Amino acid sequence: MTNSSPMQDIGRCSPRFDALDKTLGREQFASDFYTEDMLWAGVCRAGIAHGRIRSVNTARAEVVKGVHCVLTRKDVPGSNRQGFVYWDMPVLCGTKVRHAGDALALVVAENRQVLARALSLIEVDITPLPVIDSMDVALENHASQVHDLETGNVLKSATITKGNPAEAMAQCDVILEETFFSPVQEHAYIETENGVARFDKDGILHLTVSTQAPFRDRFEIARALGLDHNKIHVINPYLGGAFGGKDGATVQCLLALAAIHVKGRTIKMWWDRRESMLAGYKRHAARMHYKLGAQKDGTLVALECELDYDTGAYAHLGVEIMALGLEHAGGPYRIANMESRGRCIYTNNPIAGAFRGFGVAQVCFAFEGMMDRLAIKLAMDPLVLRMKNALIRGDRNCAGVTMTHSTGMEECLMRLSEHGLWKTRKKWIADALPFKRRSVGISAVFNGMGYGRGLADYAIAKVKLSPSGLIRVYNGVSDMGQGNASTFVQIAGEILCQRQDTMELVQPDTDRTHPSGSATAGRTTYTYGKALIKACEALRDKLFNRAALMLLVDDGAGFAMIPGGVRHLPSGRDLSLADLAAMMMPDDRICMAEYLMPTTPEMPKGGETFKLGFPHLIYPFAAHLARVEVDELTGEIIVHDYLAFTDGGRVLNPQVFEQQVQGAVAQGLGYALFEEVKTREALLETKDFSTYILPTSMDLPDIESHAVETIEHSGPFGMKGIGEVGMNAPLPAVASAMAHAGLPMNHAPFTPERVLGVLDQEKKDIPCN
Amino acid sequence: MQLNFELNGQPVTLFVDGAMRALDLLRERCGITGPKEGCGSGECGACAIWIDGVTKLSCLMLAAQLQGRTVTTIEGLAKDEPHPLQQFFVKKGAVQCGYCTPGMIMTAAELLTHEKMPDREMIRNAISGNICRCTGYHKIVDAVEDAAEAMQGLKP
Repeated sequence: MTNSSPMQDIGRCSPRFDALDKTLGREQFASDFYTEDMLWAGVCRAGIAHGRIRSVNTARAEVVKGVHCVLTRKDVPGSNRQGFVYWDMPVLCGTKVRHAGDALALVVAENRQVLARALSLIEVDITPLPVIDSMDVALENHASQVHDLETGNVLKSATITKGNPAEAMAQCDVILEETFFSPVQEHAYIETENGVARFDKDGILHLTVSTQAPFRDRFEIARALGLDHNKIHVINPYLGGAFGGKDGATVQCLLALAAIHVKGRTIKMWWDRRESMLAGYKRHAARMHYKLGAQKDGTLVALECELDYDTGAYAHLGVEIMALGLEHAGGPYRIANMESRGRCIYTNNPIAGAFRGFGVAQVCFAFEGMMDRLAIKLAMDPLVLRMKNALIRGDRNCAGVTMTHSTGMEECLMRLSEHGLWKTRKKWIADALPFKRRSVGISAVFNGMGYGRGLADYAIAKVKLSPSGLIRVYNGVSDMGQGNASTFVQIAGEILCQRQDTMELVQPDTDRTHPSGSATAGRTTYTYGKALIKACEALRDKLFNRAALMLLVDDGAGFAMIPGGVRHLPSGRDLSLADLAAMMMPDDRICMAEYLMPTTPEMPKGGETFKLGFPHLIYPFAAHLARVEVDELTGEIIVHDYLAFTDGGRVLNPQVFEQQVQGAVAQGLGYALFEEVKTREALLETKDFSTYILPTSMDLPDIESHAVETIEHSGPFGMKGIGEVGMNAPLPAVASAMAHAGLPMNHAPFTPERVLGVLDQEKKDIPCN
Repeated sequence: MQLNFELNGQPVTLFVDGAMRALDLLRERCGITGPKEGCGSGECGACAIWIDGVTKLSCLMLAAQLQGRTVTTIEGLAKDEPHPLQQFFVKKGAVQCGYCTPGMIMTAAELLTHEKMPDREMIRNAISGNICRCTGYHKIVDAVEDAAEAMQGLKP
């Protein structure tokens, strides 16, 4: 970049700070680290879904030339437990296997060929146990136990209530009941789980990992392996995608274990795609039974629902994900009476965990499905029905939280109703060719932003003037591709009036940056951004005061930041940042600040049982539209046009905003149309990218995105966060189109087979003369 | 085996196991980390490179297949300044996590060598073997379209 590099103003459509290096192939991801003395580590995995371990015989692997060590449970110091909230996941299993991806032995070898050979020589003797391959099996009376809980295979059940749904339901004009199923979805980030580790002579364990939570990783490793977390140093470069799948233990504890056994050597672990699909986290499959009551005019009155989430073999964040399902179960609408019951259930299926739309993507399908069925039943326009019930500021949402912050649901819907794709829908539908059925679907969604209650949602920002006069931002939260790091440069640039080429960025490093929470929950720009604004304002004021000293004026008043320096406005004299830096001691050139996100004081009845993440105070909203064409002969669905209106508060960088929306829609359309992790007896059938079908450039339409810029007064420059909300809308929008085409679908994804099934059903329903 | 090939304009001579994957050879022996591994089975396109100017998946090639060839990776695509695709990927916001970007640009760049003004459908078709999980492809198609125009002198 040259002097013509862009000013980093807020609101400017500015190229991302990281983009050029990434296009030149220069950016070093965690997987790009190689050293001369590097060893490779790998894991022997169970391969069977449920069983008692009788023995893990490593003798033949140990004698392979080039093998440095073969480790099993007995070699793990510390608790051997990982899992963030529920410490139920062993680093290496010693007694029991709970899913096919469980790790039984860890090998460190000179190279990958030796590693593969050694892994193939490990002999495992496991006595099989009955496999819990579905939530129904898990809930049977005498079901085999995945974990020995008093509650059987139910990790947690909870009920939240509001008003009196039973009484209110009895007085409704219309009552509808449906059950919906949503599939397991794979994150499918292109960079699979990986990292390097080295236990140095100085007694420090250094790791460079593709992770969403470098600071939490230190505690996770320390707890699992009995180490001092102060002696664990984690570096976190840009990630090659994550979407929630790298929020938690993947390679971290295994790499640390390898490093403490082979001290002084760099050890690399990099799961290949099949291992990533076998052992990585996935979106929870959900079964959602809904009963909705409304008045004849479409006013929603009462909701009862039961939500079951399959968490697989370990809890990970399953309880928190179920909690968000309960919180969002009634959609972004006013419903006075509600009861939601949830269960988070252990099975031997792959481990489910955090994934963009964290428990909410599932219920949006169910709730919006109910709205479309209600619209059809009442012969109401589906958009009018949604508008009529949409939350406005001051309403209580379905979980009982009063909307005291920006609430743009109604405006998103209103803007959508004015758009040509909606207005011309009747003609577009009528123009369908023979054997093609066209329809236009809409959806209205929301997504709580930030951690919610029970886990301080904080960030600590640091900004520094370098000796050469550059502004350096020390970022403590991961950037998995969403662009938050780039937005931090923009925030600092706005306040300090700098061009992109006079700014530097330090990515998360537990020795250089400060703990600022995980890159999750659509929280990063909001929380870290708030802290950064304070830090930058402090630095600006400090620079003015130091400039006053240098220019011999009374005080820092009357100064302004200009690109590369400060100007004393009354006299017109300039000082460069380099000159100012030269006059300042190193610690004087640093400013730090912290921010804690507010939480709601309102706790819905029943919600007290959730320790973390329930409920939320601030919500982004979105209304989407999909123009869909169904081939009646093949069952194929083509999404021709897609439109998204998003209220994420004020937009800081329109380009990054659009990126987030378009990316989320793509992932959501994959979820709607063909993405489904399939298992048979809890063993994966979709093991790679040839069997797990992802959207390609040929499967997606251009995606039109518009911002509905409500101002969130608590947020940095008025923004909220849009990382998650866009994921929630595509599945219900496509489902809405299907429902209004006479093809109601309760089971996602809408594969041609399922569509043909519904088309066949429709034919059967037509009476024959 | 002794392997001789041209890598990003420079002659390279290495003694290697000819059966190792070309992708590993580049990453582990040549310090070229632009080509990424996403699937290892030819499904995602993140490891795309050019062999004699034609896009190939380096995860499906053996080192021995590089013998005597001209190999270009994302690191060698830029000449005096970034290739127009590299510039427009930045400008149009076609980069998010960036892990698919090197492979995506190599594929798109080959398209632009024989198709001067591809329409959006042709671009979508050309990059359909490169999976991007972040962008939804819209901005990538925009960037390729604009780069093509720029290369024809139709766009600054």
